[in-house]
Amino acid sequence: MSAPKRILILYAHPRSRTSIVQTQMRAAISGIENVTIHDLYATYPDFMIDVRREQALLLEHDVIIFQHPFYWYSSPAIIKEWQDLVLESGWAYGNGGVALQGKFLGSAISTGGTREAYLETGRNRFTIEELLRPFDQTAYLCGMAYMAPFVIHAGRQMDDGQLSGHAEKYRDIIMGLRDGRINPLKHLAENHTPSPDFKAAYKAAQKGEKNAF
Amino acid sequence: MHFDTFLSGAFVYLAAAVIAAPIAVRLGLGSVLGYLVAGIVIGPAVAGFIKAGESVMHFAEFGVIMMLFLVGLELQPSKLWELRRPIIGLGGLQVVGTAAVIGLATYASGFGWQQAITIGLILAMSSTAIVLQSMQERALLKTSVGQSTFSVLLFQDIAIIPMLALLPLLAKNPVSESQAGTLIAGLPAWAQTLAVLGAVSIIILSGRYLMRPLFRMVAAAGSREIFVAFALLIVVGITLLMQQVGLSAALGTFLAGVVLAESEYRHELEMDLDPFKGLLLAVFFIAVGAGIDFSLIAKDPLKLIGLVTGFITLKLLVMFFIAKAVGMAKADASRFTFLLSQGGEFAFVLISFVAGLGILGVDDAALLIAVVALSMALAPLLMLFDEKIIQPRFAKVSQDGEADVIDQNDAKVIIAGYGRFGMTIGRFLLANGIKTVVLDHDAEQVESLRKFGFKLFYGDASRLDLLEAAGARDAKAIVIALKDREKSERILEAVRMHFPHLKVFARAVDRVHAYEYLNNGVDTVYREMFDSSVRLAQDLAVAVGKHPYEIHRAAALFRKHDEAIMRKAAKHQGDVGRIMDIVRAGRSEISNVLASDRGEEVVDETKAWLSDNRPDA
Repeated sequence: MSAPKRILILYAHPRSRTSIVQTQMRAAISGIENVTIHDLYATYPDFMIDVRREQALLLEHDVIIFQHPFYWYSSPAIIKEWQDLVLESGWAYGNGGVALQGKFLGSAISTGGTREAYLETGRNRFTIEELLRPFDQTAYLCGMAYMAPFVIHAGRQMDDGQLSGHAEKYRDIIMGLRDGRINPLKHLAENHTPSPDFKAAYKAAQKGEKNAF
Repeated sequence: MHFDTFLSGAFVYLAAAVIAAPIAVRLGLGSVLGYLVAGIVIGPAVAGFIKAGESVMHFAEFGVIMMLFLVGLELQPSKLWELRRPIIGLGGLQVVGTAAVIGLATYASGFGWQQAITIGLILAMSSTAIVLQSMQERALLKTSVGQSTFSVLLFQDIAIIPMLALLPLLAKNPVSESQAGTLIAGLPAWAQTLAVLGAVSIIILSGRYLMRPLFRMVAAAGSREIFVAFALLIVVGITLLMQQVGLSAALGTFLAGVVLAESEYRHELEMDLDPFKGLLLAVFFIAVGAGIDFSLIAKDPLKLIGLVTGFITLKLLVMFFIAKAVGMAKADASRFTFLLSQGGEFAFVLISFVAGLGILGVDDAALLIAVVALSMALAPLLMLFDEKIIQPRFAKVSQDGEADVIDQNDAKVIIAGYGRFGMTIGRFLLANGIKTVVLDHDAEQVESLRKFGFKLFYGDASRLDLLEAAGARDAKAIVIALKDREKSERILEAVRMHFPHLKVFARAVDRVHAYEYLNNGVDTVYREMFDSSVRLAQDLAVAVGKHPYEIHRAAALFRKHDEAIMRKAAKHQGDVGRIMDIVRAGRSEISNVLASDRGEEVVDETKAWLSDNRPDA
């Protein structure tokens, strides 16, 4: 058994109070040991993101998850701002940018539309994983592995029981990732092959862990 | 001097100045030439209203002394350091080069080497009074050629110190006539040298440690006359001290000026002394004109004309050679040459000094004085020649070159009032590298803030001359940050009238004050309490459980909305009922606006999602 993985949830919702689905999801994973929920809109209401602090947080965790409503086929604005500022060249990518290599990146999102709407034949024409390609590639460039996204479709149309069932499932996945019950390598996003940088860093980390025991 | 004769003398001088200067300026000759001619006219040679200018000269030299003090005030040690290369390089080249050439010519005409060196050095000086005044009138001071010329003048002014200290060493007879009344009379040469250096250090030390607290005390009294009196007292005091050790008072005051240049009272001093300086300088130029000894000319006109022509020609040649050697453009080189090719008022000081030391004979000294005075009288004509005849030839070429303006006072922003409000503004601008000049009328405030390293000056910001001195002409904006409404209003008036290009940013002490500014056309007005109240409310709302981002937007919206209401209400200033209506309507409006931003007013939004119309959740 390996040590528990530390998980960072980067939570972004500009109108947190009006959200039903995201609030449930967030409640489901609150107060779990080794799971840090970081509410970006609450921490940086003026968008003045503290880059060093964010980088330090990233270093302290093994799995990074963007949790947010799926706005306009992407994330709310603050996540883009966060990426633009925190994922610096020379730190996250580029020459000497090795800080995040070997870590896992994931997305936990809620959509208004149904699953059917996100099919080639649906009104949104593309699948969720196709629309998440920018996140997929961001992970790749930073030497991280991008996991299959967790998606709750049309949560507002569900009854309480259904919705809490989905939230429970989210909690199970997070706990499983934390405890090693779920091997993230076996649940990567469609067509995502991690970069050689990831593989090397991941292997080195595994070895280091074994040696430690 | 009897009071009556003083009054009639003053009348003649003032009348001459008032008549001659405007005519000369209108004819495009510059005021200096006007004064000189007026001096010749009222002097013994022509009208004979005044006798030889000797006694007046002494009085008028005080104008030069004051000018040097003011020149010193303009020269913070830091600026001096910036100009170190032109000063030492160009200035050194000029003094050494001119002294060598003139010295050689003197030696060749049969003088001893001591006399040759002495005369060379004396004639190397140019007239700071004439050149600075002329440059000011032609607005040349901030151009690159102006800076070069100024550097040379400055080096000459500084070179006086070692000259006065070292010339006694050339004397065969150390006991001097002119120093008979001084404390150091009768001392051997080395002791006199020591005394000179000692006096200089006294001025520097007292300027550094004694004058600032004195100024603060005087300024705290809050009366302008006392301040002016104190400023004059300093100059007179230094003059007396210098006379006691037989040193040039101009030099002493110049030093004191440099020492005080970094003081917060600099602008105030400059303004208070400027009229005195101007008036006394006028008298000085008149006295120079009146003092030209025409009997000496009459005795041997050819010899004197030859000497003056030779002197000026040598100087012109050396200057031009130097200007070209340091790579000046032709137009600049010509200007530089014609500006500096005359004898200076320091020459008078030095001549009587060395005559006292016995280095020069009385006749030679008188001749030398006549040469210098005539060259000074001719200087404005030479400058005119350059300006009207030579410069036009370069006009086309130099248009690009002339744009080469060196900003000495390139402050972008003036802050009037440096209390709690203005200080924050100043700190922010400073932190962002925006050059700022600060004016405040509270002497103690100014003093305490300077300890924190702020660059600020003492004075009433509604005074035109202080605004001018602070660089209002070149600045982009002014912040009126006083809490005193009346003073703020006066500053606004002064700015509107004299510096309409300045963008005004105003502190309003309350809503009504803000209305006043808005109705006066000042759009950038800030209620002093408003922003901090909103910020506190914002943090408070978060502390009691509101979401930070929601409240962040709410605060921004509130701010915007309230500003709009204020602008609306300002149009009805005085109509209390109407304003109440607007404010009341605004209050309910803002609640709706905020609710709408929170997304609360659209009750049907969930339905919209249900119908799967929107891609978000």
